[in-house]
Amino acid sequence: MLGIVLTGLATLVLLTLLGALLTSVLSGGIPAFSWRFVSTIPRKDFFDVESAAILPMIVGTTLRVLIMTVFVMPFGVVTAVYLSEYADPASPFTRWIRSAISNIAGVPSIVFGLFGLGFFVNFLGRGLDAVSGVGTPELGRPSLLWASLTLAVMTLPVVIVATEESLRSIPPGLREASLALGSTKLQTVWRIVLPQALPGILTGGILAVGRAAGEVAPILFTGAAYYTAELPGRLTDQFMDLGYHVYVLATQSPNVDQTAPILYATVLALLFLTLSLNAGAILLRSRLRRNQRDAA
Amino acid sequence: MGLRRGHRARPGEWIVEKLIQGVGLSTIGLMVLILVFVGREALPVLLGRVNTALVQPILPSKDIDSIPRDALRSYLELSTTQFDDMDRETLLALMEAREEGFRDIPEAFRADPDAQVNTAHWRHLVLPRRWTGYTQPGFVWQPVGTIHKYNLVPLVVGSLKVTLVGLLFAVPLSLGAALYVSQLAPVRVREWVKPAIELLAGIPSVVLGVFCLLVLSGALQSLLGYQFRLNAFVAGIGLGLTAVPLIFTIAEDSLTSVPRGYVQASLALGASPWQAAWQIVLPAALPGVVAATLLGFGRCLGETMVVLMASGNASTLSWSLFDSTRSMTATIAAEMAEAVSGGGHYRMLFLLGTLLFVISFVTNLLGDRIVRRLRRRLEGRA
Repeated sequence: MLGIVLTGLATLVLLTLLGALLTSVLSGGIPAFSWRFVSTIPRKDFFDVESAAILPMIVGTTLRVLIMTVFVMPFGVVTAVYLSEYADPASPFTRWIRSAISNIAGVPSIVFGLFGLGFFVNFLGRGLDAVSGVGTPELGRPSLLWASLTLAVMTLPVVIVATEESLRSIPPGLREASLALGSTKLQTVWRIVLPQALPGILTGGILAVGRAAGEVAPILFTGAAYYTAELPGRLTDQFMDLGYHVYVLATQSPNVDQTAPILYATVLALLFLTLSLNAGAILLRSRLRRNQRDAA
Repeated sequence: MGLRRGHRARPGEWIVEKLIQGVGLSTIGLMVLILVFVGREALPVLLGRVNTALVQPILPSKDIDSIPRDALRSYLELSTTQFDDMDRETLLALMEAREEGFRDIPEAFRADPDAQVNTAHWRHLVLPRRWTGYTQPGFVWQPVGTIHKYNLVPLVVGSLKVTLVGLLFAVPLSLGAALYVSQLAPVRVREWVKPAIELLAGIPSVVLGVFCLLVLSGALQSLLGYQFRLNAFVAGIGLGLTAVPLIFTIAEDSLTSVPRGYVQASLALGASPWQAAWQIVLPAALPGVVAATLLGFGRCLGETMVVLMASGNASTLSWSLFDSTRSMTATIAAEMAEAVSGGGHYRMLFLLGTLLFVISFVTNLLGDRIVRRLRRRLEGRA
């Protein structure tokens, strides 16, 4: 009896905290939220409540997440295909690959930022600049490209795990039937297995996007800027970001009470983005599982 | 069986399959790459080649022709290629710049014993020292001003404090909720509580940091009445909130995958649902629960934004949970913008990053081993 009460209480505490967070964000942010807020460009003084707006931040976040997807999906899906279809389960290499994936998943997000700075910006960027012979650093500085690549490395485990899960749930009978009818292994993978796994792959992509949209630490030194005069137009531009803007508004505001509404409104926009992506992925995944259970 | 026995592919397909294998294996390379490029910037510090002492022996520029080439190269801290590229004029100019730098050091500092000290030496990274202006020896991280102090101990202790609070907060709550949702709650309750708690996973850590900073810190301070509004305790609670969805999801998954037969058998033998859950299901799900806790530990240790916003960011050593504190992750995030690229401070921050990477790597490895051993014992094969 006591056990049920205690654990029920634990659940209640968590739900209450979640509720408190959502209520404070909604109640604080909805008054300041408007169409103008999300569709205009703010002045340089972010703390001026009248002219506050977040369009460049939305654009920046969306762009970096899209570019990240271009890099992470092929890489992640191919790795998952290898692990699921080709790798020898007993081989030490397979164990090392899985260990590497789970290690990458455990690396702190700020260390990814350092990696992005040390590898992409300083090594690759400066190296490419030296090779192409331009005088001023073009690629050797923080930019949209490097931030997206850093995020791609960070969310790789998410895509791999989700894809592998969906590949594994395809009944082996399907593959065997295809081989029995004379297809090669690659044909089976390309024409039978992957199309079947597409919804699961999509889930993985949505989860990765949801995760990356909210991350601030990895982009701090690899591309996010306090203020850019224009919307990012090229891969080498820096960009403003929703999460980073939330951080700036929360910690550098000269008058916290006055700027609280725009802070909460920005949080609202960010939460809307990440929560709807997360919820979408979860719904997709549960529908998939239900379909498979019915089909099996 | 036939799927794994191996096959001979046509030439075109063989190339594609080799490429697939290459991509698969490159994840190992990716992890090595992360270690290499984070550690690369910190390597000079680890190898003892960084000397941040303010007052360093100066070689007079008029003696440029009598100094051996190798000594001059290491004095000017150039690589062999850079050194060979430069002509005498450039080298002379560099030496004169050094002399001028020495003359620029304010008189007050030249006599200061601290100015002679290489603050990046390992001794000063981990051992206490009585710096000028302090009454007793202490562990000081203060990379501002003329003499930078780089002791790592306050930062490591800060990280450990917030992680401890985070785990103490998150583990009981998440495990309790997981146990409730998985074993004890009515099905209808389970259907909306589980997604609701997992919704917490979709909340970015920046948002949780804002919540801690603006809402929780004030509430907790009026509740418990301590001095500093932002401290390790508040940051720890915030960290716990970021870890809760992770621990909850994995623990709940492993609790649910315990065969229902166990529960039904124990109920048939007269146990109450609570007894079945606590004494049968939880021990059976132990590998997953331990894995969840370790992942939560890794998450708390590596989290940046929450600690940056809610811990107060005072980089002094203190064991009290209610003092303003600074973690390793927040230090990197806050100070990288001011660190001169390639300088001592810059390398120190990368050293912190390497330390974080190594800790997470070791935790992961140990965790894997522990979980594997628990699983083997569970299946009766230990």
